[in-house]
This record gives sequence, structure tokens and C-alpha cells, in this order.
Amino acid sequence: MSWVHLMIVLPLLFAVLIPLLYKAFPRIHTGWFVLVVPVVIFGYLATYLPMLANGETALYEIPWIPYLDINFTVFVDGLGLIFALIISGIGALVIIYSIYYLSKAREALHNFYVYLMMFMGAMLGVVLSDNMIVLYLFWELTSISSFLLIAYWYQRKQSRFGAQKAMLITVLGGFAMLASIIMIHNITGTFSIREVIAQSDLLVQHDLFLPAMLLLLLGAFTKSAQFPFHIWLPDAMEAPTPISAYLHSATMVKAGIYLVARFTPAFGGTPEWFWIVTFVGLFTLIWGSLNAVKQRDLKGLLAFSTISQLGLIMSLLGMGSAALYFNPGDQGVQLHAYAVLAAVFHLINHSTFKGSLFMVVGIVDHETGTRDMRKLGGLMTIMPVSFTLAVIGSLSMAGLPPFNGFISKEMFFTGTLNAANLDIFNMATYGAIIPIVAWVASVFTFIYSIILVYRTFLGKYQPERLEKKAHEAPLGMLIPPSILGFLVLAIFFFPNVIGDYALKPMVASIIPSAAGVFDDYTISWWHGFVPELFMTMAVVALGLILFATLNRWIGLYNHMPQWMHLNNWFKHGLSGMERGSHKVIDWHMTGYIRDYLMYIFITIILIVGGSYFMLNDFTLYTDNLASINLFEIVLALVLLGSTVLVMATRSRLTAVVSVGVLGYVVALFFIILRAPDLALTQLAIETVSVALYLLCFYHLPKLKGRGEEEGEKFKVGNFIIALGIGSLVTLLALSVNGYNLFEPISTYYGDSYDLAGAANMVNAILADFRAFDTFLEIFVVAIAALGVYALVRLRLEKRGGTDESQ
Amino acid sequence: MFDLILLISLLLISFAILVALYRVYKGPSMPDRIIALDSIGINLIALIAVFSIYMRSTAYLEAILLLGILAFIGTIAFSKFIERGVAIERKHD
Repeated sequence: MSWVHLMIVLPLLFAVLIPLLYKAFPRIHTGWFVLVVPVVIFGYLATYLPMLANGETALYEIPWIPYLDINFTVFVDGLGLIFALIISGIGALVIIYSIYYLSKAREALHNFYVYLMMFMGAMLGVVLSDNMIVLYLFWELTSISSFLLIAYWYQRKQSRFGAQKAMLITVLGGFAMLASIIMIHNITGTFSIREVIAQSDLLVQHDLFLPAMLLLLLGAFTKSAQFPFHIWLPDAMEAPTPISAYLHSATMVKAGIYLVARFTPAFGGTPEWFWIVTFVGLFTLIWGSLNAVKQRDLKGLLAFSTISQLGLIMSLLGMGSAALYFNPGDQGVQLHAYAVLAAVFHLINHSTFKGSLFMVVGIVDHETGTRDMRKLGGLMTIMPVSFTLAVIGSLSMAGLPPFNGFISKEMFFTGTLNAANLDIFNMATYGAIIPIVAWVASVFTFIYSIILVYRTFLGKYQPERLEKKAHEAPLGMLIPPSILGFLVLAIFFFPNVIGDYALKPMVASIIPSAAGVFDDYTISWWHGFVPELFMTMAVVALGLILFATLNRWIGLYNHMPQWMHLNNWFKHGLSGMERGSHKVIDWHMTGYIRDYLMYIFITIILIVGGSYFMLNDFTLYTDNLASINLFEIVLALVLLGSTVLVMATRSRLTAVVSVGVLGYVVALFFIILRAPDLALTQLAIETVSVALYLLCFYHLPKLKGRGEEEGEKFKVGNFIIALGIGSLVTLLALSVNGYNLFEPISTYYGDSYDLAGAANMVNAILADFRAFDTFLEIFVVAIAALGVYALVRLRLEKRGGTDESQ
Repeated sequence: MFDLILLISLLLISFAILVALYRVYKGPSMPDRIIALDSIGINLIALIAVFSIYMRSTAYLEAILLLGILAFIGTIAFSKFIERGVAIERKHD
């Protein structure tokens, strides 16, 4: 047990108190109490920063299920701690923001903060856990709490739809991840991530390497909204804006990034990992930026922008994984680990500017009543502070100086250029694509960043189209985005503070062989006239031209073919699955017992008969057979005759009588085989049951159009199945007859007079040796009798009226 | 020799049962079938009796008694059913 453990469970423990606080202090906004939690966590975790800057890590363990190797192990290293600081830091800002954003009178605040605390605890658990099963546990908890938060306004249909979609997609990925974890455990024999990384060589050479890697990446890609699993993120924008800012830009969508980064030392350095992560990231990057341009809803634009930026970080992690291919100390390690440095830097930058942009958009929504860019415009003079923050965020997102996005965008270009010159993994052939794709995506990123500011704050003010009279937001709502905006600028001017304390420990976690190679490196926003700078200039130039001519080519989006809308795939896939399962159910669940019996019998024939013939177990022993008497043959013939009569007769009465004859002949067989007790019972029972059949027969309704003398029609299928079952059972009985593995225990009961004082051995067994069975048989008869009585006597009120009088 | 005679009689009784069974199958009227069933029951009694001699066992005598009672009750019940439409009459209120 350590303080870090307490920090992880603190939000979860506090979540229990929130409803009590909500009830106890109705006058105070519940958010003020909640604010304490992330501040405490942030403050405590920040004390680890100097330790990390020295290149040290910390490990704390609580045994949970030790015999399954599942322990609540906390591993504090660069990657985990910086994520945890982002989570708690932005968490604190989001709570301040939500205090002003959510009305105390109208909203169910206790629900909101309970879900939020659940999420925060889960997310801290994800990034700090060293045990993969515990990681998975917290991972699913983030999915569930995100589901709850998206559907916070559950009265709205769109919210429920978005929540369901996010749940289905992220849980699909979660399950894939669990499968991968189990595979990794099978290969390495441990659930500890550190030990898995230590056995990386074993892992990448194993047969299960590829499936384990693909399933793990499926989990990461669904969570981080990578193509084609990004479709849930735009629909998750139905959540309250603080949630969008927190979950869907800064934290949860980065869980997949975290997972990829965390497992890079284990899987990285292989061509598969490099290609998949890099290209999925690049494709997501360009797809997200292309789609963001056409959005008319501000949050929709930011959602696609988030997708795009996540793709950027993901592709950088992919490119950086090439560094693991090289031996420590090689030139290539630093060259390619640079991409990882860019990735983690952009990760932090993205959290700052995207969080701030979401909050600004929330302010605009809150103060004007709409997020539709066609209705907005001219808010610059009305909302100057929000405008300033939006400009800072957007230009940082576009990658312009003097904002932090510029530095990480430059580093991104450097990373892509390094990757293009990579001479491993067949990169020489296709490497040139990477910088080109990255550059085109940056142009579109620039365009939508400009659109965001231009359409919202510049242009003409249209008060008649707004639901409220626009005005500046309250101070409290402006503080959190201002802090983030300040960070955007601060990181630009002092990048090495964050570089030393955050980025270098993070790179050391992701690429262990690169620990220390960046010690002498300083991040600077000016590094001479290098190709990256010219690329940025070209981005700005082309971006401005395209933005100026936006109205001429924006119509091209309408020509996008229908199949490219992945939402349709999801929608049709879902409804198709529903229709398909309906069809399957309708097809085989007919409601007719005859069909179900057919399935049962066919299954018996296939499984029992199949294994019987595949094992080739048919044997026929003739040694221990008794001789056959003539009267036994006659009785068998009678048996056969009455059996055929039961099936062939067209009259029900004849069938009932034939069944009676069958029973009596069986009683005769009991006599011949020297079982007088059985014969007695059989005779009595047969008489009673035939009488009952006749009772049923008498009460059968008269069928319309069919006389009661009309029998069943002959059906070939039924005949074949009946024949199959009959011959199968006969063959089995004949074969079993040959086996006499053990001596029968019946000799023991032969002494029943000595053992139990009974001359009748059968009755001694029934009432003495094995009396438990008899006891329960009596029970069965009693239940049957009571059941019949209940069925006959207890009638429903409506139908019983006439029956009672009889 | 004694066993052979018993076997022959068993066979003969069995064939008698078969003949009665044919009557059960053929009908043509309900009383025909009931009479045939009754005679099957009596034949069964004879069959079991001969068989118990053949087996030199007294364990089957209960079966003979039971069968006699059952055949009697069964025939009565059937006859009553044909005559009155029910086998067990309800008490008149």
C-alpha cells in the first residue's frame, strides 16, 4: 500500500461521498467539493517529477489475487506519471469549468460528479497499473463511465445513440485487448508489463505474436478513435461540453495512445508494428482533417480534429518504434526516437489546446445557444476573452508560432522526414508517402483551424438567428481555458522545462534504449532554415489560398460516395446483424416440438453415431449369449406385431390398445427373465396408463375435416431419423453387451438374507441397500399426484366458472 | 418329456394370444375387441401359470392373481364405458 495507490482509488472512494454531499449541502455547487480530489492528486503526483527527471522509477505492489499473478501493482515512470498529471490537472480545470457550465438548479449534479470521479479513478488506474489484468479492469471502467457520461442527458435520443455506439465500439476493443493479454500471458507467463517488456525477444518470435499484437492494437485503436473505429467520437459529442473536453480530447481517447506507447518496448522494432501503427495513424490523420473541414457543428469539427491529431500522435509512435530496431548507441536510435519525442510532446500540447478549444466552444454554446457555425459569427467584440483563447488554441492546433503546436508540428515533420529515409522494413520504396500525407493533412488542419475562428468570431453578427443574446461568459468559466491557453504559450517559450521533466522520462519509458540520448538535446522553436520550416510556410500559404476559395470547392464533399460514410456501415451493420439474428431465430425456433425433437435426434445420431463409427467401436460377442426358446420368439413376434400396429394403424383407439398389448408382453418378458416383482408392477402400471390414455382419447376434440380414424401421414425424413436412432441404439446395445470390464457387484446382494434379513433381494435393494433412490421416487410420485390435482382443481377465475358447477 | 409338454402348451397359448390379437386389430365392433382383450388376459394367466411350472417357481403366483383382477376390472370398466359413456359415475348431488 502506498500513497500512489490511494491516489488512484481516491476518486472512486470520493464518488461514494458525492451524493451525500449533494444532499447535505444543496446550496453549494457540488463541484467545489469534488475539486479537492484532482488538486490533491495533482499536487502529490507532481512531487515525483524531480525523481523522474533523474531517470528513476518507482514500483509499489498490493497483492490482490497472488495465486493468479494478479496484483494491484503501481509503476510510476515517465509515461504513466505524465499521463496521470494530465488526467488530474485537466480534471481539476474541467471541474472548475463544469461548476459554471452546469446549472445547480436544473442538472443532476450528483450523477455527473459520481461518473466523473469514476472515470478519473479508472483513468489513473489505466496509466499507473503495471499488471495487465488490473489495467484491463480500469480500462473497462473508463468505457463504462464514458458511456454514462455521454448519455448524461439521457432524455435525448441522440445522447443514448451516441453512448450506445461508443460503448459497443470501445467494449469490442476492450475484449480484443483482454484476449491479447491472455495470449501475452501464455507466451511470457506473467501479467506484469515490465516483465513482458523484459521478455520482448521471446514475445516477438512466438507464433502468437501477430494475433496478440493485432488484438492489442484493436483495443488501442478503438479507444483512441483510429480509422475506421473513429466513428463513435463525433457521436460522443452529445455529452456535456466539460465531458467532451475532458474525456474526448484530453484523456480517454489518449488511453489507446498510452497503450501503444506502453507496449512499444514489447512489440516495437518489428516491421508489423511499425507499418500498422504508422499507417493507421497517418490514415486517421488525413481522414480526420479532411472530414473536419466540412463540419458545421463546432464540436463536430473539434471531434474530427481530435481524431486527426490522435492519428498524428499514433503515427509518430509508429515511426518512433523503428528506433527499437537499432542497437543501443547506434545513430538510428536517436534519429528515430526523435519521433517518439515529438509524439509525447504533441500529446501534451494537444491536451492543452484541445481542452481549451472545447471549453471555448462550450462557452459559445452556453452564451449563444447554438454551436452551428452557419448561425454564428461576429462574436469577436462581444466575447473578446473567448476570442483570444480560441485564436491561441486554433493557431496552436494549426501549428503556427508562437504557440506550442508549432514546435510539435515541426518535430512531427522532422519525424516523418527521418522515417522517409529509413532503410529498414522496406521503407525505401514507400517512405516518401509519409511526409507528403503528413503535409497534406497539415494543410487541412490549418484550414479547419482558421474556419473555427473565422466562422465563429469574425464575419457578421446575426443576433436574430441566435437563441440568446450573446455576451461574455462569467469569469469562472473563463479561468480554466485561460490557464490552458497560458500553458500553450508557456510551453512555446520554455519548452525545455517540460522537455526535461516530462518528455525525456516519457521517451525513456517508450524507447528504453533511448534513455539518455536526448540528455544534451534542447528543444528550441528556432532551428534554422531547415526543410520543416519551409514545409510549414507552404502549409500556411496553400492553406490560406484554399481557405479563401473555400466556397468553390467545399461542394466537393457532397460528391463523396455514400459508401465512404462509415457511419452508414455501422448503422447498416448493426441493423443487418439484428435482422440476421432475427432470421436465424425465426428459421430454427419454429415453436413446434416436432422440429426440436428432430434437432435433438439428429444431434444424437451425429454425435453419438459419429464418434461411434469414427472410433470404430462396433463389436459383436457371441460367447456369452443365452440360447433362444421358441416361445421367446413368439413373444418377440407379438411385440413386433403390436409395435408395427401402433405405427401403422389409422385409428387412435387401436394404437392405444396396441400400446397396452406391448406393455403386457413386456410384463411377460419380465416373467421369462425371472423378474416377478417387475412383472407385477408392470402389469398394474400398464393397466392404469392404458386407462389414462383412453381417458385422454375420449376427451379429444373432434377435428374439422379430419375424421378421428385418420392417422399420421408417412414422412420420409421422420422415417429416416427414426430408423437411424433405432439402429444406433441397437448397435450400441449389442456392442456394450460384449464388454464386461468388471465383475458385477450383484453377488454382494445375493447374501441379502444375511445382510438385511430379506429373502426378496429386489425389495431388499429397493428399501434397504439403495433406499435413497426409493425415497426420491416416492417423492416424484407425490409431486406428480399433487401436480395432477392442482391442474385439475385450480382453474383461472374466468374459465373456471362453468367447470366448477359440473 | 414333461418340459416338452409344457413348452408345447406355452406355444399353443401364445398362438391363442396371437389369434385374439388379430381379433383386437380387426374389430369390427368395440365389444369384439373387449372380449378379445379379456381372452388375452385369461390366456396370459394360463401362460404365466404354465411358465411358473416350467421354471419350478412359485414367485409368479402373485402375478397370476393380479392379472386376474386386472382383466376383470378392465373388462367391467370397458363395458360400463360402452354402456353409459363414463367409467366412474359422479355422485348425484
